[in-house]
Amino acid sequence: MLTQIRISVVMLVLMTVLTGGVYPAVVTLIAQTIFPRQANGSLIVVDGKCVGAELIGQQFSEPKYFWSRLSATGPVAFNAAASSGSNYGPMNPALKDAVTGRIESLRGDQSDHAKVPVDLVTSSASGLDPHISPASAQFQIARVANARNLEAAKVRECVDAATEGRQFGFLGEPRVNVLKLNLALDSLAK
Amino acid sequence: MTSNALFQMVFYVGVLLACVVPLGRYMTMVFTRRVPGLENVLGPVESLFYRLCGVRRDDEMMWKQYSLAVIAFSLVGILFGYLLQRMQGMLPLNPAGMAGVTPDSSFNTAISFVTNTNWQGYGGESTMSYLTQMLFLNVQNFVSAAVGIAVVVALARGFSRKNSTTIGNFWVDMTRSVMYVLLPLSLLLAVMLVSQGVVQTFDNYASVELKEPVTNAEGESVATQTIALGPAASQIAIKQLGTNGGGFFNVNSAHPLENPTPWSNFLEMISILLIPAALCYTFGEMVGDTRQGWAILLAMTFVFVGFLGLTYVFEQAGNPALAGLGVDQTASELQSGGNMEGKETRFGIANSVIWATATTAASNGSVNSMHDSYTPLGGMVPMVLMQLGEVIFGGAGSGLYGMVVFAIVAVFISGLMVGRTPEYIGKKIGAYEMKMASLVILAPCVMVLVGTAIAVSAEQGRATIFNPGAHGFSEVLYAFSSASNNNGSAFAGLGANTPFYNGLLGVCMLVGRFWVMLPVLAIAGSLAAKKSVPVGPGTLPTHTPLFVFLLISVVMLVGALSFLPSLALGPIVEHLILISA
Repeated sequence: MLTQIRISVVMLVLMTVLTGGVYPAVVTLIAQTIFPRQANGSLIVVDGKCVGAELIGQQFSEPKYFWSRLSATGPVAFNAAASSGSNYGPMNPALKDAVTGRIESLRGDQSDHAKVPVDLVTSSASGLDPHISPASAQFQIARVANARNLEAAKVRECVDAATEGRQFGFLGEPRVNVLKLNLALDSLAK
Repeated sequence: MTSNALFQMVFYVGVLLACVVPLGRYMTMVFTRRVPGLENVLGPVESLFYRLCGVRRDDEMMWKQYSLAVIAFSLVGILFGYLLQRMQGMLPLNPAGMAGVTPDSSFNTAISFVTNTNWQGYGGESTMSYLTQMLFLNVQNFVSAAVGIAVVVALARGFSRKNSTTIGNFWVDMTRSVMYVLLPLSLLLAVMLVSQGVVQTFDNYASVELKEPVTNAEGESVATQTIALGPAASQIAIKQLGTNGGGFFNVNSAHPLENPTPWSNFLEMISILLIPAALCYTFGEMVGDTRQGWAILLAMTFVFVGFLGLTYVFEQAGNPALAGLGVDQTASELQSGGNMEGKETRFGIANSVIWATATTAASNGSVNSMHDSYTPLGGMVPMVLMQLGEVIFGGAGSGLYGMVVFAIVAVFISGLMVGRTPEYIGKKIGAYEMKMASLVILAPCVMVLVGTAIAVSAEQGRATIFNPGAHGFSEVLYAFSSASNNNGSAFAGLGANTPFYNGLLGVCMLVGRFWVMLPVLAIAGSLAAKKSVPVGPGTLPTHTPLFVFLLISVVMLVGALSFLPSLALGPIVEHLILISA
């Protein structure tokens, strides 16, 4: 047993050097050389200011912006230093409350009572989802156009431009990056 | 089922099966002879490792020595992991200034990563320093998977050898798994993941000026967003390939910086089942009859596909509780629809359920959606897959040796029916093998049921249940199913980072790993010592569709008999309440 423990200690040290030191260092070196932007968080810099990360969602509540999905992170929504889902079970009354509250604020003073796309009234798994479905984006076009005094067709153009199809045509789901869409709308106004 | 969802599932299973032969052949080479090319580069490093450790590569071990080496190596790993977590506050590579981890959480996490479970009671980005993530978590991701692979290789030798007292050298099997299988695959995968947007940096967390300030619980306005970064890609690659599953960030592969695109998602999903599937072929080659490997792989694939379809149907149908509220849950070209609580837009229903099924079929336990928010029956599937003993693909190595044990039980049962001594792959199965097989199958079941019973009876166990009603019971049952079968995924609402759960689940993980692994090594030793029996007219062929069916039946039967009553108290009753409401 003692021999095996001695071997274990030396082997663990060697494996630590190899897989805990050399391996991540080599990956970092390759990543920072070939894909520096991605490796550092795909940050979006506008006028020298970092205004967001392409892959990390932000919360929007003003009518002139497209809204993201709900986020269950604490203490603030879209806290990218402490990702979290809601973990509500399907029958949890808190889930029903969250969905109902969200539907009310989305409908606001809109008279029509179209059904709201499900992703827009539910929390994402990470609490950081940067995307909404194209259905959820189209649902919000009227409100955004109204708040910005823009033609709905103009806003729809922006939505279409920001819509990503399935990767390679079949993988994943079609989606709209909310931050990029809102940035595009803001630059339109300038 | 939408045609795209069906296509994505078929594509997934197709690509997986296409990888089996090349990788399986390659792994046979790794464990039986020299690896051309790669061994010229890594061979000297390998030899240096053996020299420094004082291991002679031709020294064969008896099964007891092999077991002793496994235990010693795991014990040292647990001790090192515990100390490193406790002391991380005083050590370098800690830009976010993380304090030492609490004793109970350190105990739990040390066991969790050494046993290849990777149950996480803590949140990665808010608990662990970069140093701890790299030197302990990352290293155990490699070596705990390598230990599992080593043991299944030893078991294959048990079948292929005749009148032999030894089953190989643990140190050589483990080292070669790391150097020639896990390291090259991880390096390749990590770089591909970075190309999609997975982060890999040693810089401090990034800070972003928000477009629109948010308000926190105290009513204060917060104008910046801190984005956790780190050397994530290197760890994610191996946590997927080594069936570990311990995420770099709290929400694991649901985090956009851990799994940013459908393509990164596909790569990570393939990696979950890649090695467990390919090992079936390796096993077949090593025992000298690839049909034996295919039979096992087919049984695994059938069960997997069946359960995958079930989860998809339940999740895509959506949550009946939201039906009357004016929510559109139907699938269309513009949205995936379905039960989207706790799922990411880019993955939708199809990719969330493929992942959930794969990660619990294998003992991976990484997630890209929150299983706690699944519909009752949709969430029951992952739970059942774990309760079957993690043998549907299962862990790297550990899944296959578990399935071989089920195959031994299957030939035994058929032997009883026709009144002949059971044989499997040329070896007579005797009373000793059957005793060991019973231990392998029963130990995790006992831990799941007894653990759950203790937790729901104790005040401390009930105190941190998150969801009300039957779903709360499911949270506890899921936790013990996950820990005792070394999976690591969770119904994450359960507050598991308490001394009560950290301690109890820690013990479950230990039993689930070693109470299975040691009897398997005993079987390997006992089989190696036997002579080979020629195939006779009374031999039950174990590569036929009939045997595949028999094997699946035994697995399902043991699972159903053990867990139906407990499932009735959780997901089944929840489903009945939900549809009657």
